[in-house]
Amino acid sequence: METVFGRPRTLTSASTHYCPGCGHGIIHRLVAEVIDELGIREKTVAVAPVGCAVLLYNYFDLDAYEAAHGRAPAIATGCKRVHPELVVFTYQGDGDLAAIGTAEIVHAAARGERITTIFVNNAIYGMTGGQMAPTTLIGQKTTTTTNGRMPEKAGYPIRVCEMLATLEGAAYISRVSVSNSKNIIQAKKAIKKAFETQIKTLGFSLVEVLSQCPTNWHMTPVESTKWVDEKMAAYFPLGEFKGPKET
Amino acid sequence: MAGNEAIAEAAVQAGCRYYFGYPITPQNEIGEYLSWRLPEVGGTYLQAESEVAAIYMVFGAAGAGARAMTSSSSPGISLMQEGISYIAAAELPCVLVNMMRGGPGLGGIHPSQSDYFQATKGGGHGDYHLLVLAPSTGQEAANLTMLAFDLADKYLNPVMILGDGNIGQMMEPVEFRPPEKPFGGSKKDWAITGAIGDKRKLIKTLYLDPVILEKRNLEIGRKLREVVKNEVRFESYMTDDAYIVIAAYGTVARIAKTAIKVLRGRGLKVGLLRPISLYPFPYPAFAQMAERVTDFLVVEMSMGQMIEDVKLSVCNKSRVHFYSRVGGMVPSYDEIIAEVEKIAKGGV
Repeated sequence: METVFGRPRTLTSASTHYCPGCGHGIIHRLVAEVIDELGIREKTVAVAPVGCAVLLYNYFDLDAYEAAHGRAPAIATGCKRVHPELVVFTYQGDGDLAAIGTAEIVHAAARGERITTIFVNNAIYGMTGGQMAPTTLIGQKTTTTTNGRMPEKAGYPIRVCEMLATLEGAAYISRVSVSNSKNIIQAKKAIKKAFETQIKTLGFSLVEVLSQCPTNWHMTPVESTKWVDEKMAAYFPLGEFKGPKET
Repeated sequence: MAGNEAIAEAAVQAGCRYYFGYPITPQNEIGEYLSWRLPEVGGTYLQAESEVAAIYMVFGAAGAGARAMTSSSSPGISLMQEGISYIAAAELPCVLVNMMRGGPGLGGIHPSQSDYFQATKGGGHGDYHLLVLAPSTGQEAANLTMLAFDLADKYLNPVMILGDGNIGQMMEPVEFRPPEKPFGGSKKDWAITGAIGDKRKLIKTLYLDPVILEKRNLEIGRKLREVVKNEVRFESYMTDDAYIVIAAYGTVARIAKTAIKVLRGRGLKVGLLRPISLYPFPYPAFAQMAERVTDFLVVEMSMGQMIEDVKLSVCNKSRVHFYSRVGGMVPSYDEIIAEVEKIAKGGV
């Protein structure tokens, strides 16, 4: 009998700890499929964040570091400078990347560091139980903005892709979502391009993935995918912000 | 060459090929030197966006199996404390240099020893210690830097060279002796190199199960007990017949030596006990000396930090006196002479 759908080689057999309807499981699989397709598992290094994905090394069958909160791009830089032949990626959430780790991600991009970042934006702090994130939408209710985020008090959500795309060192910057099958296929294409950008040593690459957090949004999985499409994608438009100049 | 340059060149000769740092006075010569020297030997100098990033670049490079270092001065070292705790927890070998300047806060840029507690008692969160080595000459700065890389690899622990602005800036002749055995020989089978087959390597510090985290703490504790057993270093100077012993390290120790020569000329039997390793602290050397010495004079460029370790060793068997200058002021040998003479006359 022919196997038409199986676990990617790059994923372990462990069951994930992610909540039902969470986007992380889909995004893990997409990254693993890309690593398999590029045939780079034995030379790929993951840098885990602090946040819901802190235990991603339990699920990826790769050499891995576990970073401090926000510091994954600096660790990836240290590793990549020692082993330029390896493929190094960070996997970071919105609190990790766009709040506590803003300096590290901006400067990794500015240096054109040959690393890839998978940036999972679900507009909330998941692991700590639903506090406001730097990407929380205006009006969005969280445990620290119980009446909804008010810009006069809590400022505005950060559009990371648009910001990083202004930097010369950033070679590939793209925003995708995993809210439906079509978007998932697009997301995988973007992730593949990002890894290829690193392999071709063109510069820094980042894919922002809009992802759902039904638990902390207090929605059903179906409602949450709709919220990604209608609310998040309206403020964080999908698309490619910067692509490598093909030669 | 300046002490800072001696440290930088010694690092290269010890096989360090990766330096990550952020400019701060008074240690900029280390980064400046390595910015041209490391590329000569196929290494990498990278100016980070902050000390916070620099210490995690060291984390990444050390975790990838390389000899890596950073350097900074007091306020910058404070910023690195988070990463230092993670490096100690992950048991990664690396070398850190702190050329101390006056604090607290932004403080000043002149020499100080006010980061002794931070360096020797932890600094960051959690139970760990750095190995801390305190040079008092340019030559010793070079020698201890080379030793630091070996100790880091041996114990899988960060090692700090703790100097001050004087040590960093002072120009002295330095001789680089080729190492007896080539550096970088230890096998780092835990290093991140890509997972060939099923052999995965993981560098982590999160242990949610307290049973396992307790085990990790005990393992690090056992390792540090070995450090305490094997790595105590100190210098005794004219202590054989001394009844007053000055306790000082780094810059202050060399000033104390000048004072001791003058005092000996005046017939006072004074010596110096100079800790070279501040962690592990030479408690036994002080304890032994306390059996026969009437007075210790601790001289520091701090409000009184190392004196706590001296008092712990001496256990009230001798009197322990204290003299210090702070805020970037350096005690002169005249001041030290005056303090010793006061003690000799029973006046303190």
